[in-house]
Amino acid sequence: MSAPDAPQTHSTAYWVGQGALNLFSLPALVLMAAQVGFAALAREAGFSLTQTVFMTFMVWALPSQVVFVGIIGSGASLFAVVLAVGLSAVRFMPMVMAWVPLVRTTTTRRWMLFGLSWFVAITAWVFAMAKLPDLPRPARAPFFAGFAVGLTLSNLVVVGFAYALIGTLPDVVAAALVFLTPIYFLMALWGAARMDADKLAMAAGLVLGPLFAMVLEQAHLLVAGVVGGTFAYGVSRWRRKRPSR
Amino acid sequence: MSEEAVKSLAGLGPYLTIVVAAALPTHIWRWLGVLFAGRLNEGSEFFIWVKAVATALVAAVIARLILFPVGPLEGLAVPARLAAAAAGFAAYIASGKTLAVGVVVAEAVLVLSWFILV
Repeated sequence: MSAPDAPQTHSTAYWVGQGALNLFSLPALVLMAAQVGFAALAREAGFSLTQTVFMTFMVWALPSQVVFVGIIGSGASLFAVVLAVGLSAVRFMPMVMAWVPLVRTTTTRRWMLFGLSWFVAITAWVFAMAKLPDLPRPARAPFFAGFAVGLTLSNLVVVGFAYALIGTLPDVVAAALVFLTPIYFLMALWGAARMDADKLAMAAGLVLGPLFAMVLEQAHLLVAGVVGGTFAYGVSRWRRKRPSR
Repeated sequence: MSEEAVKSLAGLGPYLTIVVAAALPTHIWRWLGVLFAGRLNEGSEFFIWVKAVATALVAAVIARLILFPVGPLEGLAVPARLAAAAAGFAAYIASGKTLAVGVVVAEAVLVLSWFILV
């Protein structure tokens, strides 16, 4: 499925620009609206404007931000907060592991991957999984950077303005904005699925996540991911290796 | 207002608390991902497995955000949230994967059920 390592016919700046142009898209817009919901949440929890913008940039993962803001006022200990946020962010390890082989070239430095990985979150990851395989390899990192870094920076502006201008939202509006995150992730994840394994994994995660949440305390996301993903991989491998009729 | 105390853990102050308790526990997984990617190849079986695990994990997070939300969404009953998500996803598939249609339908069902139930 990988595109050939075609000779680079466009400059790096061209590909950064092409990536950035994708900011004018519905996924980027939906994320911005979801961040408005987060800004309202953070304001209600007592975070200042600068703290909210700082947090958005430093964490850059909506579920982590929401978990952090939700738990911090509950009187939890530092260790409990770190554990809750850390467990909700475990997905980044396999996500980044799947992202690295797509963006790197034979000459890509590791420090650049560490730097770019900062901007890997669900919107940019789904975008990368869907778009990068069709691009010539040297174009991928700049294209991704243009989109993902641009997405982060523009959302900082959105969060800042939302915090300053909106004040307290009516509950129904706040709920609708917060609901955008999972509903968008749901469709984007399905849209980015390139193989049977991905679709099966998504279904397994949706079912196993809540199921394990009832049995296990904190580690349920991790267990659901590993069990669900492995199950999906096994089934799809069996179907691929089976002689076709 | 002495809000600072609420958002500051173990005497770290609000900004250091954000770095230590929110940013680091998130980034550590991104850094480990870069480290473990090694020479992982796009076409390998291991890659397919890793991507399946990542997808299942994201799906589990989605399910949690819908079933066990933080904030104002808690005010709406679980069946209504599930119905909104299901209707949105069905509309997304039926419309040939048009994101806008799915989002609008899901939000319409959510807001409508809010006014009926809440």
